[in-house]
Amino acid sequence: MNFNNTGDLVGFWNLYVVVIVAVSVIGCAVFLWMQSSATHKPGEVTGHVWDETLEEYSNPLPNWWRWMFYITVIFALVYLALYPGLGSNTGSFGWTMRGQYDAEMAAAEQQYGPKFNQFLKQDVMTVAANQEAKEMGARLFQTYCAQCHGGDAGGQPSFPNLKDGDWLWGGTPEKIKETIAAGRTGFMTPKGTKPDMDAEQVKDVVHYVRSLSGLTADSARAQRGQELYPQACAACHGPDGKGNQDAGYPNLTDKVWLYSSREDSMIETVTHGRQNQMPAFGEFLGEAKIHLLTAYVWGLGGGVKPVAPAPVAEVAPAAEPAAAEQQ
Amino acid sequence: MLTHEKIETSNTLMIVLTLLVVSVGGLLEIVPLFFQKSTTTPVNELVKPYDALRLAGRDIYIREGCYNCHSQMIRPFRAETERYGHYSVAGEYVYDHPFQWGSKRTGPDLHRVGGRYSDQWHKIHLLNPRDVVPESNMPAYSWLDRPLNDPNIGAKMSALRIVGVPYTDQEIAEAPKALEGKTELDAVVAYLQGLGQALKQSR
Repeated sequence: MNFNNTGDLVGFWNLYVVVIVAVSVIGCAVFLWMQSSATHKPGEVTGHVWDETLEEYSNPLPNWWRWMFYITVIFALVYLALYPGLGSNTGSFGWTMRGQYDAEMAAAEQQYGPKFNQFLKQDVMTVAANQEAKEMGARLFQTYCAQCHGGDAGGQPSFPNLKDGDWLWGGTPEKIKETIAAGRTGFMTPKGTKPDMDAEQVKDVVHYVRSLSGLTADSARAQRGQELYPQACAACHGPDGKGNQDAGYPNLTDKVWLYSSREDSMIETVTHGRQNQMPAFGEFLGEAKIHLLTAYVWGLGGGVKPVAPAPVAEVAPAAEPAAAEQQ
Repeated sequence: MLTHEKIETSNTLMIVLTLLVVSVGGLLEIVPLFFQKSTTTPVNELVKPYDALRLAGRDIYIREGCYNCHSQMIRPFRAETERYGHYSVAGEYVYDHPFQWGSKRTGPDLHRVGGRYSDQWHKIHLLNPRDVVPESNMPAYSWLDRPLNDPNIGAKMSALRIVGVPYTDQEIAEAPKALEGKTELDAVVAYLQGLGQALKQSR
């Protein structure tokens, strides 16, 4: 990427830097050279007297010390010839901070790139069964995912458990990869599709929803809630409450609750709605790491096999011997 | 002729010459930066002045001393860019007065934290970091969930305009309205979510 600052030091400011650098380095040299004309006169004192009898010899700099200063001047000249420093002069090594970074990245890509890329040719379920890939995936998970989903991928309120086989957006390899690479935005509007519900009606709906998954519920309230449900909730969560993974609408009939199954939490959800995001990692991590992470998450225990396992599953066994060799 | 006797026995001469010597580094390494394109112009069109809410959040960031533990400067090393994202460049900080580079990382660098976590995560995390990251040693900022009170927001934006941030009169006039009904938590989260977006998608 070009940041428009190569050759930024031009015109006056180039000259400004060159002049100050040159004057300082040459000035030091001249100053040292002047010092070498000073001669050693044994016994001569500066004339200052402290504490009655304390005097100071007026001696020039010792030679070894002066020569050390000369060496710093020589070092400066050599440095300025090799490295950038004299205005816009790039130095004969052509060194740049960005170049050094690019070289570091290129070397790492050469060393580690093949390790990551070897799994790209295999489908996610094959990779998930590979021990080396699992370890690599686990390390990636700890670096980029554990902050929300927890070190054991068990999730926590607001952040889904990835091990349990319950998926908001689908648990097939394809869907998991889409979720990691492009991110997701989960959105529940306050009071669903019936914004005129009052607090009592909200509570009724909550009790009906609780009854769907066998949570303790007030049966009178649940009955009233059942009448409100088609208007308030069914558009997204479906008439049977089973949700819709294509759009990330949660299933209300299972026992998995993203924001806890407590009554007050559910009332808050319905009253104020919810909004949460899974950030997109595609551009940041690149295809190979996303692939490994997909396989790791899929292999945590909740992975769902693709609905139509037609070509993918057929190809998979063929890739396995190659993976075994590389181990 | 300037003998050392003359210099050492005159306070004025000693001060003037000392200042001259110690200023060489600054004259070379700092002064030209005020006039270079890379340090004075935004790196791309994604670098925008902080809107009122983010600016208020930034002031809370400074008030709470976040910079004591978090840097906002990703150095061009692989070890940093693998974790945080693209290294920082000067043109990303042109609207930061003062910048929040920091110099110490007890916590992670925050320069590309924008978009890395959800708003929800930030809110939970700021109020009590242990709720999402059990081993975190960051203090809980549990008082942030209170109404944002920043009556000087317009004046702050006017002051920033003097030092070169291109706020329009309209933006300054509408600033107090943008903060209405917001909490301090909202402001800090808005600020954090905007950080480092300019080069976020670059590798």
